[in-house]
Amino acid sequence: MIKKFIHQFASPKTYLFQVDRAYPYIFYTSLSIYLVALFWGLFLTSEDFVQGNSYRIIYLHVPASFISQSLYLAMAFASAIFLIWKVKLSAYLVRSIAPIGAITTFIALVSGAIWGIPTWGTWWAWDARIISTLILFIMYLGLISLHDSFTDNEKADKFLAILVIVGSVNIPIIKMSVEWWSTLHQTASITVTEKPAIDPSMLYPLFGSIIGFTGIVVCLVILSSKLQILKREKNKSWVKDYV
Amino acid sequence: MKAIRKKRLTTVLLLLLTSGLGTILIIKALDSNLDFFFTPSEIFAEDLPENKRIKVGGMVLEDSVVRDGTNIIFQITDYEESIEVEFNGIVPDLFKEGSGVVVLGYLFEGSIKAEKVLAKHDENYMPPSLDIEK
Repeated sequence: MIKKFIHQFASPKTYLFQVDRAYPYIFYTSLSIYLVALFWGLFLTSEDFVQGNSYRIIYLHVPASFISQSLYLAMAFASAIFLIWKVKLSAYLVRSIAPIGAITTFIALVSGAIWGIPTWGTWWAWDARIISTLILFIMYLGLISLHDSFTDNEKADKFLAILVIVGSVNIPIIKMSVEWWSTLHQTASITVTEKPAIDPSMLYPLFGSIIGFTGIVVCLVILSSKLQILKREKNKSWVKDYV
Repeated sequence: MKAIRKKRLTTVLLLLLTSGLGTILIIKALDSNLDFFFTPSEIFAEDLPENKRIKVGGMVLEDSVVRDGTNIIFQITDYEESIEVEFNGIVPDLFKEGSGVVVLGYLFEGSIKAEKVLAKHDENYMPPSLDIEK
């Protein structure tokens, strides 16, 4: 049963029709969650005891940073599936996640820079957390250009998947950078092992913003993957019917 | 799992293992060069040359801040050693006694002539009303 389901879903055609059906629900739900969380965080919660109002950019910075790293892990996972089982859909997903990952990493870097001006007194520092995130951004761009530099798509998929897996070592480095080295960036406020260092009145809207933002990004990935599928399967008859 | 897939899985894991090991070696080689700043204890331990630009981080020692116009003199401490900092300019809003700070500057006659002062903040967030209650 499960095997049959996975096999079906691994076909680009079934995937496309399924996500088409789910798309509006995901989009409107996550958009409303994000807007509510944003309104809550910006207008209803108190200011911070140290940073005043400037901490409120957390409702963009944290979701964007979280997603930028999660998308990379998703890419690495899809790459492994592609390399082992040769599922074509995985290869399409890897290529379609990359630009969305680049965008979210860019948002994380820019929002961090804006946050840094009033709090740290600088918008940039050669700090381990910031450099490793910049590397992630450059890696996303590099992966896109690597894939697009091949004329042979099959070869491009394979090289991309290998490089994505090699590059995944950067994710634990980003995560642990604030622990391993002395950095300007503070350590994590939300951890699995300890009680959050954020007051509940600020934490709930933060969770809401992470969930909402994730949903919106999932929608972007869906759109991007649809584009990949239609581009790569353009000679199939069902694609001609679909378009 | 078919033999060919097992082989591919091993290849993927080996790929991850070798790139991980390589990265660990690079990080080990870079060692403390990846630190953003020195602590006062490290400065005294390493006997750094004067006139070399460095970054020093730690806490602003309580009751050590002396202001005179835009001139400001204070002590940075890691609760083991302290070092004096002289700075002329505007400090960030978050700069205050007992909170984290990173200064860019150079050593001169046992104290640090700062060119820039950055404020560090920690991972705690709460409304001001709760802070008073504590």
